[in-house]
Amino acid sequence: MTKYTEDHEWIEIDGDVATVGITDYAQKALGDVVFVELPEVGATFSAGDEVAVVESVKAASEVYAPLTGDIVEVNEDLEGEPALVNSDSTGNGWFFKIKLANVADLDDLMDEAAYNAHVAGLD
Amino acid sequence: MSMNSQGRPTMPAASNDTGEMTPVFESFSGHQGLRLAEPLIFELGTTQTTGVDIDEAGDFEMSIGGLERTGEIGCPGLAEPDTVRHFTRLSRRNYGIDMGVFPLGSCTMKHNPRLNEKMARLPGFGDLHPLQPLSTVQGALELMNELSHWITTLTGMPAVALSPKAGAHGELCGVMAIRAALEARGDAREVVLCPESAHGTNPATAAFCGYKVKSIPAKENGRVDIDALKAALDDTVAAVMITNPNTCGLFETEVKDISAAIHKAGAFFYCDGANFNAIMGKARPGDLGVDAMHLNLHKTFSTPHGGGGPGSGPVVLSDALKDFAPMPYVVSGKDGFNLVEYGDEKSLGRLTAYHGQMGMYVRALSYMLSHGSDGLRQASEDAVLNANYVLASLQDIMSASFEGPCMHEALFDDRFLKDTGVTTLDFAKAMIDEGYHPMTMYFPLVVHGAMLVEPTETESKYNMDQFIRSMRGLAEAARAGEVARFEGAPYFAPWKRLDETQAARQPVLRYTVAEAAE
Amino acid sequence: MRYLPLTSDDRQAMLAKIGVRHIDDLFRDVPKSDLNPEIDLPRRQSEMSVERHLSRLAGKNTAAGSVPFFVGTGAYKHHVPSTVDHMIQRGEFLTAYTPYQPEIAQGTLQYLFEFQTQVAQLTGMDVANASMYDGSTATAEAVMMARRVTRKKRAVLAGSVHAHYRAVVETTTQFTDDDIVVQAPVPADPQVELQAAIDAIDDKTSCVVFQNPGVCGSVLDLAPLAEAAHAHKALLIVVVTEVMSLGLIKSPGEMGADIVVGEGQSIGNGLNFGGPYLGLFATNQKYVRQMPGRLCGETTDSDGNRGFVLTLSTREQHIRREKATSNICTNSGLCSLAFTVHMSLLGEKGLRQLARVNHKRACDLRDAMSAIEGVEVLNSAFFNEITIRVPGSATAIVDQLAESGVLAGVPMERLYPGEGMDDLLIMAATETVTEEDIADLSSKLTEALS
Repeated sequence: MTKYTEDHEWIEIDGDVATVGITDYAQKALGDVVFVELPEVGATFSAGDEVAVVESVKAASEVYAPLTGDIVEVNEDLEGEPALVNSDSTGNGWFFKIKLANVADLDDLMDEAAYNAHVAGLD
Repeated sequence: MSMNSQGRPTMPAASNDTGEMTPVFESFSGHQGLRLAEPLIFELGTTQTTGVDIDEAGDFEMSIGGLERTGEIGCPGLAEPDTVRHFTRLSRRNYGIDMGVFPLGSCTMKHNPRLNEKMARLPGFGDLHPLQPLSTVQGALELMNELSHWITTLTGMPAVALSPKAGAHGELCGVMAIRAALEARGDAREVVLCPESAHGTNPATAAFCGYKVKSIPAKENGRVDIDALKAALDDTVAAVMITNPNTCGLFETEVKDISAAIHKAGAFFYCDGANFNAIMGKARPGDLGVDAMHLNLHKTFSTPHGGGGPGSGPVVLSDALKDFAPMPYVVSGKDGFNLVEYGDEKSLGRLTAYHGQMGMYVRALSYMLSHGSDGLRQASEDAVLNANYVLASLQDIMSASFEGPCMHEALFDDRFLKDTGVTTLDFAKAMIDEGYHPMTMYFPLVVHGAMLVEPTETESKYNMDQFIRSMRGLAEAARAGEVARFEGAPYFAPWKRLDETQAARQPVLRYTVAEAAE
Repeated sequence: MRYLPLTSDDRQAMLAKIGVRHIDDLFRDVPKSDLNPEIDLPRRQSEMSVERHLSRLAGKNTAAGSVPFFVGTGAYKHHVPSTVDHMIQRGEFLTAYTPYQPEIAQGTLQYLFEFQTQVAQLTGMDVANASMYDGSTATAEAVMMARRVTRKKRAVLAGSVHAHYRAVVETTTQFTDDDIVVQAPVPADPQVELQAAIDAIDDKTSCVVFQNPGVCGSVLDLAPLAEAAHAHKALLIVVVTEVMSLGLIKSPGEMGADIVVGEGQSIGNGLNFGGPYLGLFATNQKYVRQMPGRLCGETTDSDGNRGFVLTLSTREQHIRREKATSNICTNSGLCSLAFTVHMSLLGEKGLRQLARVNHKRACDLRDAMSAIEGVEVLNSAFFNEITIRVPGSATAIVDQLAESGVLAGVPMERLYPGEGMDDLLIMAATETVTEEDIADLSSKLTEALS
């Protein structure tokens, strides 16, 4: 199951662990990604906290935690190859995995159809 | 007749049928005539070469606790001729004010008088140590005192702190003075308000001083929305940071209402003085209710930008703030000038070792003395005149963001490029091919695709007319769909567009020997 | 006015084009009551007249080069080769802006890349930035960077750190919740200073800041300090105010430093009464993205040619605004060029020779001072600077010697007033000091003490 936020993050759920990345729409808007600052494994975030930063040459954008939980893994490949965010944003360009404090929080997020409608409304 | 067979034709025969003579080969040397290739020092020099003759110290017993540096340091040397050639070749890849119009908005790239350079190098200024006994530096302290007098008189403010090292450092000084004053009256406030159009240093400085930053919107006419400002002003606001003339090149018409509202709320008015060049001798910040304002000596007072510094950012302070000025400062007494370096309990402290940018003080005072009060006013008038001349000459073909008159810079946006396929960046790069440094792009952020043109007062009408002709030509070319002229620009610069993405993805920030092996 | 090219006719024609009659019509947004105030300042002057006035002021000062000169303590009188000043006065360098348009700024960018490499090599670190305002502000930036890296906020400033530097750190961090622990100098025993710094490190410590050579001139091996800092996951910040020392003394990088900051004035730059100077800032690769200030990096242009650009600018204020690593918006561009030109002339061969000469002069000075009755030299290991104890007030002695044409050094009291160090005098001897200068100093000091 994949969910989305208004801030252009996708969340893929596997049990109580969610893998988080940014959407294709977001990577296009950001331009060439040159660096991703990822959280530390073990850190705890509440929904809405700043958890990561995506940098292009002339801009930096914060990524907010979509849900409350603990970081269990980060995508270390992004350190050497930040371009993955552009080339494969919904696959190998994932950012981090978060163990959810409350799986029911997922219900507040958008499904794909809702997100697509949200994006369509932006253009 | 005497047949001298040494005569030769001076023009080459056309190399092909079309008569074009563009070379289709690469040189063996890598040079292209006067466009000379130049490797890094690390690829040229050797660790056994030196361009300085130094007396041998001879054998003696060292007292360095056995901590001698062994092994190669990794810094090759060049003999003097090669050093001169290396840096001369590098210099020729740079554009400077000395070469042409440099209309970089908000940076005030005016002529740098050479008298200033000569004065700063007088041994009595350039060869003084900051910790010499004060009896041996009275002339230097007198110069600082005289510069202070000029600055406070021009700004109509009671005091100036000279020591900040650059504009952003001056902002830090000003906001710290504000916080010190608030704390002295037991008033803990949390917020600094900045307009959307503010220079990035303003919010960065406020955050540095422990404040939360809130943004205030601009009105349709490019000025601060005073109603929104008043609504945001409450007893949590420590200061409002406003640039005036603002970053859109406009004077804040309601500045006195703004300062009154700020003071009514018990807050302070920090004015970013980056654009003081528009109003020297025309208006005094002190009359407008400003509490603190930095001046950029490297903008308004002609000290060289030097490829990115050194700057100098003295800060003028109101009566409410002057007691909190940083140390050191000069005071005059009956025995001459003294320097207060310690012990002022109210002072916000010390912002730099020693006394600030003396070399810039000398240059700035040399500039001020040269102009005099009448010349400074004339300089501001000419700066504003040149900017309005640009605005008037281009507004039919480029899109001016706001109705004039402007102050010393004219702001355009990219509406005139709509549907041409040409971006602000392309347009700026095409200016390089025209022989100009581009204007400031994408700043201020409040207009789309901003192009901020600041000609300064040191451009002649001839230079302005040439510049305007180029700009009109480019604007017409863009509208006529000549996209190729823009998308690969610059074509005539020594380098084509550089890949900033590559530089940021895999940062190479220094030379390494491994690189040479590749 | 000689700097203003517009003629009266030009102005009239331009006003007509704009469609206004008078220049003040362009200033109509300025409140009328505040426009064109009376400015009580002198009127314009000729070049000759300005030169006369400023030369008169300069003439009231005692230039360092005109007397036997032993003043140091963070700023040093060295000989700067003539080539340096000629190169930095080329208009293409002098009148360029920050290299934001790399296609027409490769001159500036290439020397910055060379500068960064030279500073990294000298300090023994991986990378250096394109310079800061000066050594003191670079030190404050380093303390704040250590906080970002370690996410701890207790910084220990050792007694060896120059009084002005510690004051700048304290001022700069006064409105943050950083906890700055300041230690007192121990001029007579630098090992005690070092041990005190080691003892002060705990698990809450973000960094320990140690100056080497210290403010009183002593040189120490900082490896034990690095070890202690790293054991508590704190960073070692080494301050170098005399960068020439790196030609003779083991580099901070070799001693285990995590950040090296320093004052680069000694190479290529004059004394200038305290500024402009040149802050050096170097660190290890893994901390690059936490660094303050400008960075120049290598890349290629669209033809594949090597070129340079300013890079990693998302750390900086013009992009990150209130979240930037620093509010700094300048480097000491032209001063870093002077540094790079001088370093290119010296090369490591020249630098090593010059550093040895400096040390030799300081040894000669030490010997001469030790021979004066009542004077005690406090240092055993030093570079080009020593501290002596004199009977009575060092300030009084310095003032007395200044009257007789010798600038003998910096009384500790000037930097540490009221801290009980009135009888201490810091003296530097660089390559500019001659045997005659030392003899002159010795005889006048002996006379002053008798």
